[in-house]
Amino acid sequence: MSYAIEVQNLSKSFGSLHAVRDISFNVARGDVLGFLGPNGAGKSTAMKMITGFLEPTAGRVRVCGHDLHEEPVQLKSRIGYLPEGAPAYGEMTPVSFLEFIGEIRGLRGRHLQDRIGEVVRSIHLEAVLEQRIETLSKGYKRRVGLAQAILHDPEVLIMDEPTDGLDPNQKHEVRTLIREMASTKAIVISTHILEEVDSVCTRAIIIAGGRLLFEGTPGELEARSRLHNAVTLSVNRDSFAAQRELSALGNVDSVDIRTDSSGNTRLTVVPAAGTNIINEVTDFVRTRGWTATEVRVESGRLDEVFRTITTQQASGGART
Amino acid sequence: MKNILSIFKRELRGYFATPVAYVFIVIFLFLTGIFTFYIGGFFERGQADLEPFFRFHPWLYLFLIPAISMRLWSEERKSGTIELLMTLPVTLGEAVLGKFLAAWCFTAIALALTFPMWITVNYLGNPDNTVILFGYLGSLLMAGGFLAIGSCISALTKNQVIAFVISVVICFLIILSGYSIVLDFFRAWAPQAVVDAISSFSFLTHFDSIKKGVIDARDVLYFGTLIAFWLYANTLVIDMKKAG
Ligand SMILES: Nc1ncnc2c1ncn2[C@@H]1O[C@H](COP(=O)(O)OP(=O)(O)OP(=O)(O)O)[C@@H](O)[C@H]1O
Ligand SMILES: [Mg+2]
Repeated sequence: MSYAIEVQNLSKSFGSLHAVRDISFNVARGDVLGFLGPNGAGKSTAMKMITGFLEPTAGRVRVCGHDLHEEPVQLKSRIGYLPEGAPAYGEMTPVSFLEFIGEIRGLRGRHLQDRIGEVVRSIHLEAVLEQRIETLSKGYKRRVGLAQAILHDPEVLIMDEPTDGLDPNQKHEVRTLIREMASTKAIVISTHILEEVDSVCTRAIIIAGGRLLFEGTPGELEARSRLHNAVTLSVNRDSFAAQRELSALGNVDSVDIRTDSSGNTRLTVVPAAGTNIINEVTDFVRTRGWTATEVRVESGRLDEVFRTITTQQASGGART
Repeated sequence: MKNILSIFKRELRGYFATPVAYVFIVIFLFLTGIFTFYIGGFFERGQADLEPFFRFHPWLYLFLIPAISMRLWSEERKSGTIELLMTLPVTLGEAVLGKFLAAWCFTAIALALTFPMWITVNYLGNPDNTVILFGYLGSLLMAGGFLAIGSCISALTKNQVIAFVISVVICFLIILSGYSIVLDFFRAWAPQAVVDAISSFSFLTHFDSIKKGVIDARDVLYFGTLIAFWLYANTLVIDMKKAG
């Protein structure tokens, strides 16, 4: 089976500004691809090209077998798209807005009303259905945008920062919704919230300065962390003494000391790259007769990996 | 086709969901009244026709139609909804046509609301209603021409004020090209064919003959071509902007 989204050597320049440079990736049904990257990295620009709003300077896009240039209308009919900032016609009410989108998406009569009902329920829009969109709060506007994107149950869903501006409960619900839809769809989301990558994405790509710098699973991303497989523990010993002793262990790169706001001090033993030191550390603690009140293995800090990957590259669109 | 209809309906409803429609209609009716009765000398002429009513339509439209058309695409661009519209499975032509037809239909509604004028003239005298009907048709065609120009211009910018000003200027030039002062200027040195060509570009030349009750295929064709040309240019402008 071919991929639902195929992007080959996609580039976009605005004058001398290269917003997207030679990006290629594929997304299969069942995948949720997370687009990560600093502000101005080119995430939104890439999405605008895939959905047919912007003309690529170079490269190819195919969605469900439809080429962007040859069959733009068919391509668009397969996609549900939440543009950045969730634009909507302000003078309309959510219900008339959804009816309009549904009609254009080819839904009719009963079926349209049923779909609107389902979507309104799953995104909790009941309370604002008859209120003008321009008077809605930011989070509700975003939800109207989400509702519009999933209304026709598209095979491909592309969402630019879908949880931006939502309250924590809504964020949670939207992530759950994305996971539920994931099995049958190919989904691309962009986000600045790194936990989101862990909780909903099956794959992630990192873009900075228009270039694709990383592609892989969230696990692989975490594995790049200095803290991957690090051991965090709190012991009933003087932190500095413990730090000195632990640092002397084989395969230990460094030992960090952190004190949290309630005064608890933890040591984080960072392993040499690619090694696993949990056994060494626990054995050591036992043979020295320390009492450890907490021991845990870190999976890696995404924010740290993100920073490392994206700061090697000057962020923002690079000029020639 | 059904996409054009969906867009058309949404747009038209949009006019009435905001004060735009009501303000426009009230001002339009008010100004047509002033022009017809005070400046046009409707009563003084002592003739049962709507000539003084139609005479000022080109000048009314010059300012009122760009006020309608300026928002057609500028607003979509400004609010970002153009991204939504252009990523729906509709063609550019459908979007342009749907929006244009809604604006045209809206001006038709405003025009239709001048019916008391028609009732008055029928009450006072015995006018030739075919001539009046043609006058309305000509006026509507002319409004379509102004709108097509304004629609195309509004696709160029997200700034409605700029769209308004440029549209007024272009429409003004097109109206002017039928005036004898302008034509005399050209007549002084240009060959007759050029003068005719310039005058044939004017709304006035064509509107004048229609409102006299002479419906000539050429006049209808003129407005038809004008509308088609500017709407086509409209799609090109939007397509060009896609390239960023
Ligand atoms: N229409 C345009 N004309 C000129 N430059 C543009 C245009 N659109 C985007 N850019 C530039 O392209 C670059 C990429 O922008 P883009 O919106 O894709 O970033 P992003 O990754 O979505 O950032 P953010 O996280 O802030 O949303 C930026 O430098 C931006 O200024
Ligand atoms: Mg963005």
